[in-house]
Amino acid sequence: MGRIEDYGEFETAWCPGCGNFRILDAVKKALADMDLPPHKVAYFSGIGQAAKLPHYFKCNMFNGLHGRGLPPAQGAKLVNPELAVFCHSGDGCNYGEGGNHFLAALRRNVDMVLVAHDNQIYGLTKGQASPTTEEGHVTKAQPWGVKSSMFKPLAVAVALRANFVARGFAGNVDQLADLIRQAHETPGFALVDVLQPCVTFNKVNTFAWYKERVYELDDSYDPTDFDAAMKKAEEFGDRIPTGVIYRNDRPNFCEALVTCGGELFNKPADRGLVRSVMMQYA
Amino acid sequence: MAIECINILIGGEAGQGLATVGQLLSKCLVRSGYHISVTQDYMSRVRGGHNTFAIRCSAQPVSAPLDRVDVLVALNQETVTLHKDQLGERGIALLGESIDDEGARALAVPYKQLIPKRLFENTSALGVLCALLGIDREVPAELMRQTFKKKGEDIINQNLEVLDKSMQWLRDQSPDFPALPAPPDAGREKIMINGNEAIALGAMAAGVRFCSFYPMTPSTSVALTLIANAETLGMVAEQAEDEIAAVNMGLGASFAGARAIVPTSGGGLALMCEGISLAGITETPLVFVLAMRPGPATGLPTRTEQGDLDLVLYAGHGEFPRAIFAPGDLEQCFRLTHRAFDQAEKVQGPVFVLTDQYLADNYRDVVPFDLDSLPEPVMPGESTDDPASYERYAVTESGVSPRLVPGTGEHLVVVDSDEHYPNGHITEDHGVRIEMQDKRMRKEQILKNDVVPPLLVGEEGADVLLVCWGSTQGPALEAAQLLNEQGTSAAVLHFSQVWPLVPEQYAETLDAAKKVVVVEGNATGQFATLLKIAGCFEPDGRVLRYDGLPFTAQYILERLG
Ligand SMILES: Cc1ncc(C[n+]2csc(CCOP(=O)(O)OP(=O)(O)O)c2C)c(N)n1
Ligand code: SF4
Repeated sequence: MGRIEDYGEFETAWCPGCGNFRILDAVKKALADMDLPPHKVAYFSGIGQAAKLPHYFKCNMFNGLHGRGLPPAQGAKLVNPELAVFCHSGDGCNYGEGGNHFLAALRRNVDMVLVAHDNQIYGLTKGQASPTTEEGHVTKAQPWGVKSSMFKPLAVAVALRANFVARGFAGNVDQLADLIRQAHETPGFALVDVLQPCVTFNKVNTFAWYKERVYELDDSYDPTDFDAAMKKAEEFGDRIPTGVIYRNDRPNFCEALVTCGGELFNKPADRGLVRSVMMQYA
Repeated sequence: MAIECINILIGGEAGQGLATVGQLLSKCLVRSGYHISVTQDYMSRVRGGHNTFAIRCSAQPVSAPLDRVDVLVALNQETVTLHKDQLGERGIALLGESIDDEGARALAVPYKQLIPKRLFENTSALGVLCALLGIDREVPAELMRQTFKKKGEDIINQNLEVLDKSMQWLRDQSPDFPALPAPPDAGREKIMINGNEAIALGAMAAGVRFCSFYPMTPSTSVALTLIANAETLGMVAEQAEDEIAAVNMGLGASFAGARAIVPTSGGGLALMCEGISLAGITETPLVFVLAMRPGPATGLPTRTEQGDLDLVLYAGHGEFPRAIFAPGDLEQCFRLTHRAFDQAEKVQGPVFVLTDQYLADNYRDVVPFDLDSLPEPVMPGESTDDPASYERYAVTESGVSPRLVPGTGEHLVVVDSDEHYPNGHITEDHGVRIEMQDKRMRKEQILKNDVVPPLLVGEEGADVLLVCWGSTQGPALEAAQLLNEQGTSAAVLHFSQVWPLVPEQYAETLDAAKKVVVVEGNATGQFATLLKIAGCFEPDGRVLRYDGLPFTAQYILERLG
C-alpha cells in the first residue's frame, strides 16, 4: 500500500468547490491503494478543465489534444504493456470531439481505464452544452434550450459489450477510488463515468441535485446480466445508480492479436530478420 | 532512342487480372537479368473501367515511363482503341478472344484452345509474352512452381502445361519482333519491389515497431507490407478509426519509446494537421509517409501528382521545425525512410517522406539494400542517475532535450500540448514561452546541418539544367540524356530532401546553368516557389504536369521548346 503524499501537491487552475478536486482525491487514493508508484503509471488526457488533472499529481503524462486522449493512450499501451495506462477528460472531450475514438476504444478493448469527468457542460470554454447535457437545458450557446437528445455513455458502453462499465460520483470519493481500482484490475477497456458538478457553469446538475438522486448499487445487482445492465445504464432522472453497471470478459486487444505482446520500445531492428523479409522479393 | 528498351503495356478492366500478369512477367524479366520500371494507371473502381500496367524493360537501367508502346496486351477492346496509336514501328498487339485489331499489327491469341479453364488465362498470357520476349522457359516455370506451391502438384502441372502450350503457340506464329540484347549483369542477385514496399523496408530496417493508419490510396500498401511482416519483425500495426486517431496513436507509441510510422495520402494528412502540430510542441518523433495523389479534396483518387508539397511544408498550426524527404527512386525510398526515423529521433519531431502514386506503384529491379552500411539507430534514453530532477524539456544549447521512456525508471516524463515549463507542466508565462519556442526552433539548425544535398547529374554550366524533386528524377534524367544526344548540353539537379533547403548547397549550380527549368507535377510550381522563398531564385522556365499521369521524357522535351 502506497502513501497518498507520494503523489504530491500541486497548485490547480480549477474553480474552488469544483467536483474535479474530489476526483483527484479519488485517483490518488486508488493509486495508493493499488500501490502503483508515480513512475509506473501514465496518464493521457485531452483538453478541458478535466483534462488538466494529470498535471496535479505526480505521474508520467501526455496531455494531448481536445478529444484525443484515447488514441495516444492505446498507442502507448500497445508498445509498452508494463505501463498502467489511464485516460482522463471531460464529457465534451470524450463524447463530443472524441466520440469516434470512444466508440473505437470500446470495440478495440486495449487494457486501460478511461475516467470521464461528466459535468454535462463545457467548462473551459465557459458553459456551452456538451453531448451529455439534458434536453431543454439553457446555455448562452443554446438560448432556446438544448434540442439534441442526451448522449448516454454508459448505455453505449454496455451496448458495445465493454469489459467494465461503471458510474462514480465526485461526492463519494471512497466509492470512486474503489471503482478506479476495479477498472484497473479488469483486463481490457474500462469506463468510469463520473458525475462531476461544475459549480460555475452548470446550475442544474449541482452537488445538491445529485445528492438527492444518486444511490449505490448493492450486492443484489448482477453486473454480468446484460439486460439488467442496459436498464441501469439508462436510469438517469429521479434516481441515478452508481457502482459497477456492467462486466464482461472479452479478450483484450493484446491477448487477441498475435503480433502484440512484450515491450516494443527501444528495440533496434534485427538486420537478419529484415534481410529475410527483403529477400522474399527476390 | 536513348535506351534500347521494350515497353509492354497490358490493358483491360479492373478485375481481369492484368496486374497479376504484369507482376509475373516483371518478375520473369528481372530474374532473367533485365532492368524494369513499371507504371500503373488504374481507376478508382474495383471492377470494370480501363486500367493499364506498363513494363518498360531494358538490358540497361531504366527509370521512367515511356509513351511509346512496343507490345500491347489487350484484354479488352478499349485497350486497342485507346492505345493503338502509341504502338511504335515494330510494335505488335496481342489480342484476347474476339477483340478487333482496329488496323494495328496484331496477333489474336486463341486462349480458349490454350487453356482448359478461364482460370488459366493469366498463365497463358505470361507464356505468350515470355516466348515473344525470348525468355527462357525455366524462368516462368520456376515462378509457377513457387506461386502455386501451396496449391499442390496437380495445379502446378496444369499451369506448366498451359505455359508450354502458350509459349509454343507464340513460337509457331514466328512474329517479326526484335529481341532485346542479353542483359550484361544477368545472374546478379536482385529483388523486385515497388516504391511503397521500399519505404516499408526502410522502416523495417530502422526498427519500426508501430504503424497506425487509415486506408487511403496510394499509401495503403506501406501499411499492408508492414502488416504482412509484423509477426516476423515483432511490431504492432493497427487500422485506426480515422486519420486523427492514427496520428495520435503514433504519437502515443512514440512517447512510450517505440519507433512509429503513419502512412497516409493528402486528405488523410489534412486531417492529421493538428496532430502534426502536437508532435511539434510535445517534441515527439514521428515519421509520416504522404503518398500524393491529385486534389483538391478527393481529386483523382488513384492517379499521381506532386501537389501536396505546400501541405506538408505548412501542415500544423504554429511554428516548429520539420524535415521533408522526397525520394526519387527505390533506393532513395529505402534509405531516406530509414534516415527519416533517425532525423525524427535526433530532433524529436515530425519528419515526412513525400512520395506519390507513380512511385508508390512503380515496380523496379534493385540490388538488395545494404543493411550493414546503415548507421546505428538513435534511441531515446531509458534511465537517468537523477530521476528527481529530470526535465523532459530542459533548455539546452542545441534545443534538443533529453528524451526518456516513461516507466523504465523512477523519472517522470511529462508531455504537454499547452506551452510548458522545462518540467512539462503548463504555463502561460510569456518569458517561458519565448524560451521554449526558441529552444524548439533551434533544432532547425540540426536539420540544416544534415540536409541531403541535391544531386547534380551532368556538368555544371550546362545549357539546360532541369531542376526536379521526388519521383520526377527518372523522367528528368532521361530527358537530359536525350538532349545531350541531340547536342544540347543538359544536366539534372534532383532534390531528395525538399525541406529545410540550404541554398549554399546548390546556388552556384543554379547560377552556372545557362537556363534553369523546374520540372514538377503540379499546376502552380510549388517547388519553384520554394526555391524563391529559400534563396530568392527565379527559374527561367517551368514544366508542369497535373493531368494525373506521371512525367515522361517526351512530355518534358515537348514543353521545353
Ligand atoms: C480542436 C479544438 N477545438 C476546440 C477546442 C476548445 N476547447 C477547449 S476545452 C473545450 C471543451 C471542454 O469541455 P469538456 O471536455 O466537457 O471539459 P471540461 O472543461 O468541462 O472539464 C473546448 C471546446 C480545442 N482546444 N481544440
Ligand atoms: S469551470 Fe466548472 S468544471 Fe471547470 S473548474 Fe470550474 S467548476 Fe470545475
